[in-house]
Amino acid sequence: MLEVKDLHVTVEGNEILKGLSLTVNVGEVHAIMGPNGSGKSTLSAVIAGKEDYEVTSGSITFEGRNVLEMEIEERAQAGLLLGFQYPVEIPGVKNIYLLKAALNAQRKARGENEIPAPEFMKLVREKLAVMKMDASFLQRAVNEGFSGGEKKRNEILQMLLLEPKLAMLDEIDSGLDIDAMKIVADGVNSLRSEERAVLMVTHYQRLLDYITPDYVHVLVDGRIVKSGDKSLALELESRGYEWVLEESAA
Amino acid sequence: MATEEMEQLVRREYTQGFVTDIESDTVPPGLDESVIAFISQKKGEPQWMLEWRLEAYHQWLKMKEPSWAHLNYPPIDYQGISYYSAPKKPEDRPQSLDEVDPKLLETYEKLGIPLHERAALAGVAVDAVFDSVSVTTTFKEKLGEAGVIFCSISEAIREYPELVKKYLGTVVPQGDNFFAALNSAVFTDGSFVFVPEGVTCPMELSTYFRINAANTGQFERTLIICEKQAQVSYLEGCTAPQRDENQLHAAIVELVALEDAYIKYSTVQNWYPGDEDGKGGIYNFVTKRADCRGDRSKVSWTQVETGSAITWKYPSCLLRGKDSVGEFYSVAVTNGRQQADTGTKMIHIGEGTKSTIVSKGISAGNSEQSYRGLVKIGPRAKGARNFTQCDSLLIGDRSGAHTFPYQEIGNSSATVEHEATTSKIGEDQLFYCRQRGISEEDAVNMIVNGFCKDVFQELPMEFAVEAEALLNVTLEGAVG
Repeated sequence: MLEVKDLHVTVEGNEILKGLSLTVNVGEVHAIMGPNGSGKSTLSAVIAGKEDYEVTSGSITFEGRNVLEMEIEERAQAGLLLGFQYPVEIPGVKNIYLLKAALNAQRKARGENEIPAPEFMKLVREKLAVMKMDASFLQRAVNEGFSGGEKKRNEILQMLLLEPKLAMLDEIDSGLDIDAMKIVADGVNSLRSEERAVLMVTHYQRLLDYITPDYVHVLVDGRIVKSGDKSLALELESRGYEWVLEESAA
Repeated sequence: MATEEMEQLVRREYTQGFVTDIESDTVPPGLDESVIAFISQKKGEPQWMLEWRLEAYHQWLKMKEPSWAHLNYPPIDYQGISYYSAPKKPEDRPQSLDEVDPKLLETYEKLGIPLHERAALAGVAVDAVFDSVSVTTTFKEKLGEAGVIFCSISEAIREYPELVKKYLGTVVPQGDNFFAALNSAVFTDGSFVFVPEGVTCPMELSTYFRINAANTGQFERTLIICEKQAQVSYLEGCTAPQRDENQLHAAIVELVALEDAYIKYSTVQNWYPGDEDGKGGIYNFVTKRADCRGDRSKVSWTQVETGSAITWKYPSCLLRGKDSVGEFYSVAVTNGRQQADTGTKMIHIGEGTKSTIVSKGISAGNSEQSYRGLVKIGPRAKGARNFTQCDSLLIGDRSGAHTFPYQEIGNSSATVEHEATTSKIGEDQLFYCRQRGISEEDAVNMIVNGFCKDVFQELPMEFAVEAEALLNVTLEGAVG
């Protein structure tokens, strides 16, 4: 599904990713862990198409398409969606308006008609219930005045509605208390299916207690230095990142 | 010219009475007493009106064009302008939509202008399209039943001279400023509204008259009077782009609100901004002022400014009545090479007067935009309150936004609050929306419309929808 090969990325002249390779197959859940500054967030941002990131070599393909040649919105329409670590506020734009515009843009890209209003409302209510969000959220401006936890729930709400093929979650657990974490995890778990994949970037093992990954990768200094299953995450939790570094250097 | 000569001229023109038969439909470029007399005669005006115009002209001669605004344009040759031209005859206009610039029609389509209005707006001979007279008559009857007078200013001068005499120039005096003096001398078009005591005008005024508004003149003059406890909502302009051969526009709007009266004045201005280099665009120098004469009277200005090459405009309120209220809600959008210097003046004179200013400026392309606002609290304005919020949004890195807030506080019991922000349209906001699958253009529109929401919600409903569409069209190609 997603194929990242020998990816080198620089930001303002500094090389952040130094030959990263990763394969995600449909139906899988991958977790990328690593110390601060290792390039975790850069990976998902580059896949999503954020500007200011320069790909100097390597390739990213998604379902056989060259992602690096696609516009940001084309990537989203193809099913690559990013859940932001710091979702931005958009004053004056109602949440429901953004949701509807996004859903219709994606439908249009697929050659489908706009969703009829009653059907849309039914769908949104259903997804709100999963995220334990009140309907009043829909009338508030996008992320404006939302608490950290509300913002993250809102990100997952969008995912549930837009049903991406590959959901990328950038530190979706940061700033969440345990209750909010459970709700977010329930949302993500409800996304899991044979037709979809999830790529999570996280600093802490804690999130993985709620969303069990099929694969765990350790990203250090711009490269994946070790991959394993969930037990690797537990090992990192107890031993830190040092030993992985030493092992990879050896 | 000596006074004696002037009087002679005046007399000469009017010896044959008010019924005239002038063959020429335009006057050659230039401005002098004879041109003013010609205009006055064309309009069938009484003597006092001509004298009033000439007084204004003489004041204008002594005035200098203001240069304090943050605007840059070549000097205007006032003697190179023709001050009167009759509307085009039907046979000189396009006979059907097939003869109209397809680009203009495309814009109408995008704005959602109803089909039957498009032809009229494009300048197609109206009779060839539909008969607008019956529509107009129906509304005139309805207004008449309520006692509301709504007619052209020329008609009002002829039919309601006492009312016009009583109020004309009492809010914006002839010599108020350079452009106001010019307008007072040569105005040819505009509306007159009179709402008698206790009457709430039964309809939004000018909604059904905007087809006519497409042919408004260069020097418009509007006078609206609301007597005690009367109310009116007036809409000026049109979202459709208006082209005009006349580059200079200098309008005056005067509003008078007596005790407990409420006037809501909404404008959507979309004059031709010129080509990509700003050539051929309209210069719009407007004086708009409201006089809240009565206690507890209220005037609300709402404007959406998207057109013109140059805009110089400060709708203001004189808050004289006790507890009177002034409001100013503005969205100004500039793109390309447009320049706008706009804002408001709130002059608090009476006790307990209140004013609210919400200004949203959006600059894209190479445009320059300034907010200029004055809040003045007079010595007698005990307990006066003002709240000002002034936000600027920049799109791209070649546009400019400037804020010039002035405050003069003459009473220590007054409360004046000012908030101002300038932000660049967030790369992060754009990325966020596009990452949800929304195109860059739609994302810009969404963010900008969100930014303007506080103002749009003040517009009458159907106008608000059009205003959003208008913003989108104006900002086309602003990013990328």
